[in-house]
Amino acid sequence: MSSRRSRLRQSGSTRITDEQINELISKLQSVLPEARRGGNDRVSAAKVLQETCSHIRRLHREVDDLSERLSELLDSADLNSAQAAFIRSLLM
Amino acid sequence: MESKSSTTGNRDNPNRNLHGSKTMMASHFLRALFRIQQTSTSSSSAGRSRRIRRAAYASMAYSAGTRRAWSRALLRKLRSRARLRFPRRLSRAATPQRRDMDQAQVLRKLVPGGPSMDDCKLLEETADYIRFLTTQVRLMQTVMDSISS
Repeated sequence: MSSRRSRLRQSGSTRITDEQINELISKLQSVLPEARRGGNDRVSAAKVLQETCSHIRRLHREVDDLSERLSELLDSADLNSAQAAFIRSLLM
Repeated sequence: MESKSSTTGNRDNPNRNLHGSKTMMASHFLRALFRIQQTSTSSSSAGRSRRIRRAAYASMAYSAGTRRAWSRALLRKLRSRARLRFPRRLSRAATPQRRDMDQAQVLRKLVPGGPSMDDCKLLEETADYIRFLTTQVRLMQTVMDSISS
């Protein structure tokens, strides 16, 4: 298992340890939506990377989708009140 | 939009920079929306969603500044007026039994500046990129909610 992980490319003379990769993988896991999968610390690096790729693609699609929807509503939009709502949320 | 605060202090809190960035992100994005609203006509509505999308990535990149490789790469692309494209289709490496190496390559294409990163850097940058992307998406949803009610 550790040999599979060490196939991740190493840069130049700096040897990236499996431990470092593990740490970074778990940091990555913590920003993925299904992070708190109870007690399952043994998710493979490959699986995390795969989920990461799907997650980023999903977010890119959401940006595209929201851009289109905002575009449709922009003509009649009262941005001043949107701005006010946002400022209020900052003060809460 | 919640801003997590750590009880152990801010130094190791990955969200430490996010709160100030959220503010910058929102003000940048809203200003851009104002501008787009004022300068677009009914005949340019096709380009309008492209402009909004660009403004989204711009406000992400500006709020992250130059301290991250992904934001520097995004800023470079934006300034050169290059088209902002990310691969959409699932790569063929989506089949199981693929080695880590292929997934890291796939990931490199999705994160701005990815191709020039080694694996350690790629993972760090990816986590940060996801945080900012998520914040931007939530911001856009918030704006949507407030202008459609």
